[in-house]
Amino acid sequence: MNYLVNNFDVVVELFLQHLQLTLAVIFFSLLIGIPLGLLLARIRWLRGPVMSLLGIIYTIPSLSFFVLLIPLFGLGTRPAIIALTAYAQLLLIRNWLVGLTNIEPAVLEAARGMGLNGWQRFWQIEFPLALPMLLAGIRLVALSSIGIGTIAAFINAGGLGVLLFQGVITNNYDKIFTGALAVTILSFAANYFIRYLEQRAEFRIYGKRI
Amino acid sequence: MSSEMISSTADTNNVPVSESGEIVFERVSKFFTTSTLPAVDQISVKITDGDLVVILGPSGCGKTTLLKMVNRLYEPDSGKIWVGGKEIHTLPVNELRRKIGYVIQQVGLFPHMTIQKNISVVPHLLGWEEKRINDRLEMLMQLIGLPVSYLPRYPRQLSGGEQQRVGLARALAADPEILLMDEPFAAVDAINRECLQGELIDLHSKLNKTILFVTHDVEEAFRLATKIIVMRAGKLVQYGTPLELVTQPENEFIEELVGSNNILRKLSLMNVNSILKARENHFYDADKSQPVEKNSAVLNPEDDLRSVVSLLLRSGRDSLPVKDSENRLLGTVGYADLREMLISNLSSE
Repeated sequence: MNYLVNNFDVVVELFLQHLQLTLAVIFFSLLIGIPLGLLLARIRWLRGPVMSLLGIIYTIPSLSFFVLLIPLFGLGTRPAIIALTAYAQLLLIRNWLVGLTNIEPAVLEAARGMGLNGWQRFWQIEFPLALPMLLAGIRLVALSSIGIGTIAAFINAGGLGVLLFQGVITNNYDKIFTGALAVTILSFAANYFIRYLEQRAEFRIYGKRI
Repeated sequence: MSSEMISSTADTNNVPVSESGEIVFERVSKFFTTSTLPAVDQISVKITDGDLVVILGPSGCGKTTLLKMVNRLYEPDSGKIWVGGKEIHTLPVNELRRKIGYVIQQVGLFPHMTIQKNISVVPHLLGWEEKRINDRLEMLMQLIGLPVSYLPRYPRQLSGGEQQRVGLARALAADPEILLMDEPFAAVDAINRECLQGELIDLHSKLNKTILFVTHDVEEAFRLATKIIVMRAGKLVQYGTPLELVTQPENEFIEELVGSNNILRKLSLMNVNSILKARENHFYDADKSQPVEKNSAVLNPEDDLRSVVSLLLRSGRDSLPVKDSENRLLGTVGYADLREMLISNLSSE
């Protein structure tokens, strides 16, 4: 624990870097995933090909994915965010799609029959009803990005992975332990925070916590 | 027509124009890609403003398809539909739908909204003021017989029958002239269904809306309808009042469907008043010889003849006095009158 006590500000800085990386990944995943998921919900035949493509991307080992992107985007956070966002699509879109397609057809028919237009149906009906599943997807994205994000330190993206890599290279067990502990804390915090939002969204619909 | 045009242009605040609820189908057909046969085949029918018209037929006969073309959930492949004198494609589709109440079997209440929010969705879309919406909410809750304390509740906290009542209130929220109901009571248990049917009859007589109601339940159709459209395989088989269907069935299909040979059903479609009227027309002598005994059963002019039979049987008499709501004696009605009514209806075939 000596390392943590003596280098607290360094650890905090890396912790915030890691958090920033994760938030950026969530932001860009939503930017792509929400419209893409909506498209898949509307156009059924697109689901198969798109989901299998996302599945293939997800199977690329992270280290090789990062390294592959270096010639295109150089070192640093950019390739890291791009790779993590690409991974995130599978987790995010699968959940979002389940949320959208599991809405009771009668609810949507009623909304259509009452004269809500496409936007109104989306914002007033579909989005709030699919929100718990979307949040579940975001939670998975956050957790996987925090985990895989440690490896991104290898391509100079910073974050808590720095402590792990340096610790391994310099055989500094204290440093490794500190890094692992910080990553764990970040993961738990993210998990419980997003889970809390999920439960609130669920509560509005189902009236009980599942 | 011209006065309607003037009032609709003068009125920009979405205040409902006093439009008629007349619905006219002109040679309407609809095909689905799953079949080469039309789901709806050249149907022409005119639904008078204020009628409660039931579309009756076996499942797959196209009755729901016909209904859903009115609010353009389905588009007809040929033919035209007029609502309140306007062809339905002359309005933007969502504007049309907001003017037509829509109730479906599975209710489809929005689970994440309170009852209050569910009911006020369309008024909000129409830009009603908060005060007007609140007044309307109160009035609607009274109409459907639910306490105002239900407004902040969620649909899941209500029973199936209560949910369907809220569905009805939601459809009526913006005071549409027309209500489309697609087997609304099919998923409700028998006891609740009967209550809801009774309430719908009351509501129809109170509000005078045009109601188009789809069902496959013959009893329900006969109980509710001013007129019935019978459909089979996409075609209109007969359009008439329940009594016409029973006394003058177009063909064997109708006869079998409505049980035209069923004397009790025939009797249930006529009331004591029709006997009294028939007497006036035919100068048929009322049987006044029998003195009215005290404590005997009394008939109301609105009683249907089926219940008259059971009252006669129970009283053990040949006739019973008829009194109006102010307890004035209107005459007596007995077995002879029932026979007369049945014979006269049969001879009109």
